[in-house]
Amino acid sequence: MNEFDISKLRHGTDLIKKGFSKMQKGGVIMDVTTAEQAKIAEKSGAVAVMALERVPADIRAHGGVARMADPTIIKQIIDTVSIPVMAKARIGHFVEAQALEALGVDMIDESEVLTPADPFYHIDKRVFTIPFVCGCRNLGEATRRIWEGAAMIRTKGEAGTGNIIEAVRHQRMVTGMIRTLKTMQNAQVQNVAEGYCQNYVTSFKTLTNQDADDKTVVFGSYTYSTLKKEMFEVLKETKELQRLPVVNFAAGGIATPADAALMMQLGNDGVFVGSGIFKSKNPEKRAKAIVEAVAHFDEPAKIAEVSKNLGDAMLGIEISTIPKEQLLQERGW
Amino acid sequence: MNRVFKEEKQTGQAILVRQPRDIDACDGLIIPGGESTTISRILVNSGMHEVIRKRMSQKNIALMGTCAGCVLLARQLTDSKADVRLLEAMDMQIERNAFGRQKESCERSIAIKGFSTLYTAVFIRAPVITKIWGACEILATAGKEIVMARQDNYLALSFHPELTDDLRIHRYFLEML
Repeated sequence: MNEFDISKLRHGTDLIKKGFSKMQKGGVIMDVTTAEQAKIAEKSGAVAVMALERVPADIRAHGGVARMADPTIIKQIIDTVSIPVMAKARIGHFVEAQALEALGVDMIDESEVLTPADPFYHIDKRVFTIPFVCGCRNLGEATRRIWEGAAMIRTKGEAGTGNIIEAVRHQRMVTGMIRTLKTMQNAQVQNVAEGYCQNYVTSFKTLTNQDADDKTVVFGSYTYSTLKKEMFEVLKETKELQRLPVVNFAAGGIATPADAALMMQLGNDGVFVGSGIFKSKNPEKRAKAIVEAVAHFDEPAKIAEVSKNLGDAMLGIEISTIPKEQLLQERGW
Repeated sequence: MNRVFKEEKQTGQAILVRQPRDIDACDGLIIPGGESTTISRILVNSGMHEVIRKRMSQKNIALMGTCAGCVLLARQLTDSKADVRLLEAMDMQIERNAFGRQKESCERSIAIKGFSTLYTAVFIRAPVITKIWGACEILATAGKEIVMARQDNYLALSFHPELTDDLRIHRYFLEML
């Protein structure tokens, strides 16, 4: 491609980032820890893979600090499959994100599954060329991440549990609030937007012991007045579209084809499956079944058909047995 | 596409095709972007691959493939090991992900044969057409790379007209129906 006139090319624009996410719509993104698993995922019809050192269930069991995966593993996976490869960076750890971009990863997941690196801020995602996906539990988190430059949102669920209840909770929280927006006048939407900005203001106050005014830079290079204005714009677009203005996947707890189809019927655009596949008895068969279920999410006969004889799903964890400080979904704001 | 029907005052409707029987109602089919391995799998497993091939042999369907769809219209790939079953509609060879990884994805102005002004094309992990032969005709290049081609009523584009508001390519396809 050397003959390209580089000066006329525009890389990393909003359109390119959001366009990339749109291409994943209706698909399944699978967590993989080896090149061999990546190959199985690709063969099973995954639209992308998430390269990890451990799947969330093992991160949970292993304990300690969870960090970006070893670049050797990520590179092996990149060299093995032709579908996009994503990888996780810790919340706020922009240097892990820089390293992943340099490696040639196609999308970064700023993920609560890893141990957060910054107690004050998430990554300023607009300064990167490659797109980001971020987790959310509600419309506030989703709106802040989109404003920070996320090109894709995923509802957090509770990763590594094989229990769908938290994914459903978060998707319902998002869609419920979007429906509420519809009934609001613009002035009320403005109030909601300002409420969503308060986390940035609180961080500023904690760090400087000063109050923020409109001219204060509260995040990256953005002033409080810009933040309020743009947060309102994201919400206004959400209100008009009656959905998030970026692709919204489900994640955290999907273990069966029916789980995946449930999230699609609740309005998600696709699903991430983490531990659910490679922690099950027959990963290849289950992976294919989940891909089919997402493609045919509104055909009950098809869901029934692909759910047959999959072998044991991952055992799973009842959420109430997890100590509150070990809930991954509580990470980030 | 529905906007184009309305603006051109044509009767017609764009529908979402998810099953083989949906294709029966169509005069034309747009195979969109995505992952060619995934789309190929869905086409084959659902039986849509077979139905499209049959309509091609009856010469009563127009096809437009964008990005991953462009890959599927080809007769061959540079990477013969790829897990993609082609529709073999056009005499062309395709290199998948030819631009490299997502950080190389870009917007770029290109000249398209028959269009009076430049067109902003969005390339996302895009393929390129590495070779054409027979009745396949080049409609656009980006540098030395072929990025748009036509053969009979089949149209292949390595970029994504569905992501921009410029509807000239949609109109062009409508005229092919």
